[in-house]
Amino acid sequence: MNLLQLPWLELTIGLALIGSASVAQIREPNRAYRWGLAFTGGSLACSLLAWLGFYAEAAQGSLEGYSIQPWLFGDLPFRLDELNAPLLPAVALLHFLTALATARTHMRRYSVSWSLAAGAIRLATFSCHDPWMLVGLLAVATVPPYVELVSRRRPVGVYVLHMALFVVLLIAGWAAIDTAESVSSVRAQWGSALLMAAVLVRCGTVPAHCWVTDWFEHASFGIAILFVAPLSGVYAAVRLVLPIGPEWVLRSIGLMSLATAVYAAGMATVEREARRFYAYLFLSHASLVLVGLELQTPLSLTASLCLWLSVILSLGGFGLTLRALEARFGRLALVNYHGLYGHSPTLAVCFLLTGLACVGFPATIGFISTELLVDSAVDVSPMVGVAVVAATALNGIAVVRAYLLLFTGARHMSSVSLEIGMRERLAVLTFAALILGGGLFPQWGVESRRLAVERVLQPLREEAQIGKRAPKALDSAPSEPIY
Amino acid sequence: MPDTQQLLFALGIVVVGSPLLLTCILGLSSLASRKLSEEATTRLGHVTIACGLAASIAILLIMLAVDKRHIVVELGNWVVIPDEYHFSVKFVFDRLSVPLAILSYVLSGTIGAFASQYMHREPGFNRFFVLYAIFVLGMVVTSLAGTIETLFTGWELVGLSSVLLVAFYQERPAPPRNALWIWCVYRISDAALLLAAVVMHHLSGEGDFDRLLGSGAWPDEVSSLEPRQALLVGALLLVAAAGKSGLAPFSGWLPRAMEGPTPSSAVFYGALSVHLGAFLLLRVSPLLDLSIWLSVAVATLGLLTAIFAHLAGSVQTDIKSALSFASVAQVGVIVTEIGLGFRYLPLFHLLGHACLRTLQFVRAPTLLQDYGTLENAIGDRLPRVGAPLGRLGVERYRLWLYRWSLERGYLDSLLTEYVVFPFARAFRWCNRMERRWTDLLSHGPSRESDQVQSHFGEFEELP
Repeated sequence: MNLLQLPWLELTIGLALIGSASVAQIREPNRAYRWGLAFTGGSLACSLLAWLGFYAEAAQGSLEGYSIQPWLFGDLPFRLDELNAPLLPAVALLHFLTALATARTHMRRYSVSWSLAAGAIRLATFSCHDPWMLVGLLAVATVPPYVELVSRRRPVGVYVLHMALFVVLLIAGWAAIDTAESVSSVRAQWGSALLMAAVLVRCGTVPAHCWVTDWFEHASFGIAILFVAPLSGVYAAVRLVLPIGPEWVLRSIGLMSLATAVYAAGMATVEREARRFYAYLFLSHASLVLVGLELQTPLSLTASLCLWLSVILSLGGFGLTLRALEARFGRLALVNYHGLYGHSPTLAVCFLLTGLACVGFPATIGFISTELLVDSAVDVSPMVGVAVVAATALNGIAVVRAYLLLFTGARHMSSVSLEIGMRERLAVLTFAALILGGGLFPQWGVESRRLAVERVLQPLREEAQIGKRAPKALDSAPSEPIY
Repeated sequence: MPDTQQLLFALGIVVVGSPLLLTCILGLSSLASRKLSEEATTRLGHVTIACGLAASIAILLIMLAVDKRHIVVELGNWVVIPDEYHFSVKFVFDRLSVPLAILSYVLSGTIGAFASQYMHREPGFNRFFVLYAIFVLGMVVTSLAGTIETLFTGWELVGLSSVLLVAFYQERPAPPRNALWIWCVYRISDAALLLAAVVMHHLSGEGDFDRLLGSGAWPDEVSSLEPRQALLVGALLLVAAAGKSGLAPFSGWLPRAMEGPTPSSAVFYGALSVHLGAFLLLRVSPLLDLSIWLSVAVATLGLLTAIFAHLAGSVQTDIKSALSFASVAQVGVIVTEIGLGFRYLPLFHLLGHACLRTLQFVRAPTLLQDYGTLENAIGDRLPRVGAPLGRLGVERYRLWLYRWSLERGYLDSLLTEYVVFPFARAFRWCNRMERRWTDLLSHGPSRESDQVQSHFGEFEELP
């Protein structure tokens, strides 16, 4: 047995859970923060080892004895495959860097314990294969944000309404599919439609998008980023809808996502406040990922999975840069020039770099995924291609407009240094390095996403469509456990 | 002893690698907050540009010596998905690309040397040279691109660096405002180029110019596309070229670009960047040969731009604006020449015009002093020469024409009134509807962002 054969996946989730319980006992904010950071870092390290173990194929057939999953569930519902192997460390990294970049002044406001609990749920969601368990995790994941809003004494109406709708649709949808005779039965079709609606609500597709902007209005920025940036709704779509969804369901998701991508990009272009601008930028990109998924060609699926990873990293980095700015200047209006470049040139460069990576600028991680997406979209329909290009063009305008408004156009006087701190610098430079590294050497990432399409997504759909078998069997249990 | 092919490959790598190295060193050191000194930056710039220029000239000499007109330096596939997609990095050295690469190096080198004095002890010295390096890299990559994806990469780099240079003096609102306008035009241009790249991929299976434009050396390639296909790709490329070169109706961005420092105005908007659209049309000239409608559209657009820019330039009251419109007018003439079927004439016109305009831009700041010196020497005012067109026509029309030219053909106003404002109004209406909806669900005001106040200065409503 070597080191990579340990049950790192279970440790990733378990460490976050234990951390959450332990940190909840600590009353002193700075100490709680330090412990929280250690647990989040440990969870990240475990997720990286789980990822390495998966690619080194170290775990095959040798780990069941060490895992507590068979003992708890009688099966292995949490495991890595080609699809989620890189997503898990990406989500863990996002959590760690968000915690790391938390300003000292915000430590009281940043709930480390709830953040760790939400992180554990998210990591479990992204490694879950069992449909009912996934439904449960997605439902439970909506609770920590509610607690956040309540504890901050903010209005919860918009959030509760949308998330309640999401949970009801999700449970009803999967229940209908689960009890259906076959995938092609009327009940399963209705179930697919309900699931589709659930995914659209969770991803913030127009007209059910207002909860995302509302969430960014009221939550603390770090928590808000962590809840939306990993794109849990897309994961639900991939695991639950994509394998069994009939053509019309997928086409509907694609069309609505396309409209959302363009609409949200337009809204980002005219937005007057930085957080709402970020929320629309996120909505546009989440929708573009969905568009790629629903086009249903191998190339579009590959593009979509590449874009997904790129969105987590680039929008995550972009969000942290904005958050660092907010920590210094408070909520930022986008109606006048702030001229902050002189005070924090590193933040300015990282803002531009991460923002341009979102919109697929050359030499950044988003470039190839955008190219692939446009290529596959034009293949399906020229109009879809034009809409995707229009969305990316508008997003590009929105990002540069925000940069110019925030960092140029005025001279900001301050008697204290507003330069980026060491921890923030480490966080944003890590994102910058990943964005540039992924952009300059994209082949490995594309290959890995291609394998995910070939080994996970296509076989699932083909089996479901050809065999017309009961959806319970859609869980893609491999012959040998893979961690 | 390396053979000619290996030697050309190595030289090709140096041509592209020099500005890449400059960009990496300056960019990464800035990102790590370890800026190089002015002296080190200048020296590094000189060495890399000199290496790139020497390698380009060496390639030209070898091409002449061995009588080769088309040399391909293929670096392999950057990304490949077997049977479905590949992004190959390929550079082509031919009669079109080599002169433009040499021109880029000569002018960039000259302006680099000029800027090292001009920008001495400026707070943004390092930022200027980082953007300068990105610009040179973009120009070289665009000039030598053998595939449309590679060209797109260079095209985007040129666009971003140009916009950030326009916003270089970032303590005033005017430069970023103009930079945003230029960025919007560039994004339209980029979108058209991206779509053209994708359409090319679908028509020819890959983005290589060889496949699309036919084998053979420029300008003798014969494309195998059908006229209808050529018209589609060509039309998209024409939009891309119009945006980048400031052809009508996008001409308004060029005078706005003069907000940047003089060295960047000179080399980028006056000489190199503004010619990229014409270069693109020259590169895809076999497509123009296939479609008479496309050729007519190109020639007409060029002619209209030349007339407009001449009229607008005649009444400008500051030298940089006058020079920028003069540049657009010449670019319009070059595009007209391309539309009329000439190939070498527009290339020579482009090269000559770029050099002349760089000289004029660099001399612009000292022109008034020179005028004073001349007038002191002759002891009288210099003779004033009126525009010949000004003496033509009826008074009423002359006034109208003067006003029209002074307002730059109302092009920017029209774009603002009929594109920007309706766009902003439509989305702000949506914003209001969203607010109503969330207020309703929250049983009260739902937006904290409404309370966000401007920290600095007065609110400024942006279009």
